[in-house]
Amino acid sequence: MSVRTLTIDGQPVAIAEGATILEAAKEAGIHIPTLCFLEGVSAVAACRMCLVEVEGISKLLPACVTQVAEEMVVHTNTPKLQEYRRMTVELLFAEGNHVCSICVANGNCELQDAAIKVGMDHTRFPYRFPNRSVDVSHPQFGIDHNRCILCTRCVRVCDEIEGAHVWDVAQRGTAAYIVSGLNQPWGEVDACTSCGKCVDACPTGAIFRKGTTTAEKQRDRAKLEFLVNAREKHEWTR
Amino acid sequence: MSKIKFATVWLAGCSGCHMSFLDLDEWLIELAEYVEVVYSPVGSDLKEYPEGVDVCLVEGGVANEDNLELIHLIRKRTKTLVSFGDCAVTANVPAMRNMLGGSEPVLRRGYLELADETPQLPYAPGIVPELLDRVLPVHEVVPVDIYMPGCPPDAHRIKATIEPLLKGEKPKMEGRDMIKFG
Ligand code: SF4
Ligand code: SF4
Ligand code: SF4
Ligand code: FES
Repeated sequence: MSVRTLTIDGQPVAIAEGATILEAAKEAGIHIPTLCFLEGVSAVAACRMCLVEVEGISKLLPACVTQVAEEMVVHTNTPKLQEYRRMTVELLFAEGNHVCSICVANGNCELQDAAIKVGMDHTRFPYRFPNRSVDVSHPQFGIDHNRCILCTRCVRVCDEIEGAHVWDVAQRGTAAYIVSGLNQPWGEVDACTSCGKCVDACPTGAIFRKGTTTAEKQRDRAKLEFLVNAREKHEWTR
Repeated sequence: MSKIKFATVWLAGCSGCHMSFLDLDEWLIELAEYVEVVYSPVGSDLKEYPEGVDVCLVEGGVANEDNLELIHLIRKRTKTLVSFGDCAVTANVPAMRNMLGGSEPVLRRGYLELADETPQLPYAPGIVPELLDRVLPVHEVVPVDIYMPGCPPDAHRIKATIEPLLKGEKPKMEGRDMIKFG
């Protein structure tokens, strides 16, 4: 396997060919913020939180899906990136209906964490107030589309780890939303094994356990990583 | 040192932010040494928003004609306007009617469909303010100087925000201690 050498924030990094900038940065101990990225499932670059600057390329590139190249010079925390990251988070808040005070994930939400990290105390973009629904037809879980940021973590976890492929994205642009089955109520989708992996994967309060009230949502993110490790590296204990 | 002219205002909110303000307990006595309360639903009984206010905390979103008129007056007469709590910063709970498509369906539901007796829409120009079609966060109507999110912001955060203002400094709204939604 050939090795690529590159520079991230002035630090030299060597990593296997085919690795992503996100992996290389992790290797070098440099943190790049992410939202749609989830360890153990494929990367899709849906949220654009992980944008980086690469010298010689005028576009900002998502670190989670951009492969490293020989002598690449990457910057992960320039003022320009900080500004764009803040805008990304502001847009995510303005795009859905995030009423944090009534959310099951309040205080335990990756979107809130991102807001704090980028220093967002308000959004400069006008709120859209879209009309979205809630599906509580599943006996154990519910999905509140108001809080969904379309990261598709649930889609990938259910397909790639559980193998049930309950979720998909329907429509396009502002009309896009997550569907279960062929747009059936979740409770009527036979493929769902009620494993709860999508609850653990969801970064916001969009997918939750029924009976969970404001600020009560707990996830077991390590469970997902454990399952992937168990399968790939045959490590069967936590 | 002359006292700072201090105001608090209650637009479309539940008054929870003002309750949290009262949670400052004994510190309020200290605060009283620095400020003159010129307008506040919990601190004075003045009906007219005065001129030359130094600092004003605004709770709530802009939801009706009265809120709209008052917020423009506040902006004109205030040096430092603080968006106080999630309803002011994001429109929050009062704005949940925005998803229902304007004021009309909400009024119909509340006053006609759910009425037990004599269903009628409230209509009293000059007495009952008309609802705006959309509830708006304060900064979508007038410029805001400082944002203090939280539903409500707790007393510590209120103190940490207004203490620097008393010295003419700007508070640093950074990190988990100062930024918290919900
Ligand atoms: S509970 Fe499991 S099977 Fe059902 S949708 Fe979620 S991840 Fe898929
Ligand atoms: S429901 Fe949750 S995990 Fe699925 S796309 Fe929406 S925010 Fe992401
Ligand atoms: S932010 Fe919360 S506590 Fe403050 S007025 Fe709004 S609903 Fe009430
Ligand atoms: S983490 Fe890379 S685009 Fe979402």
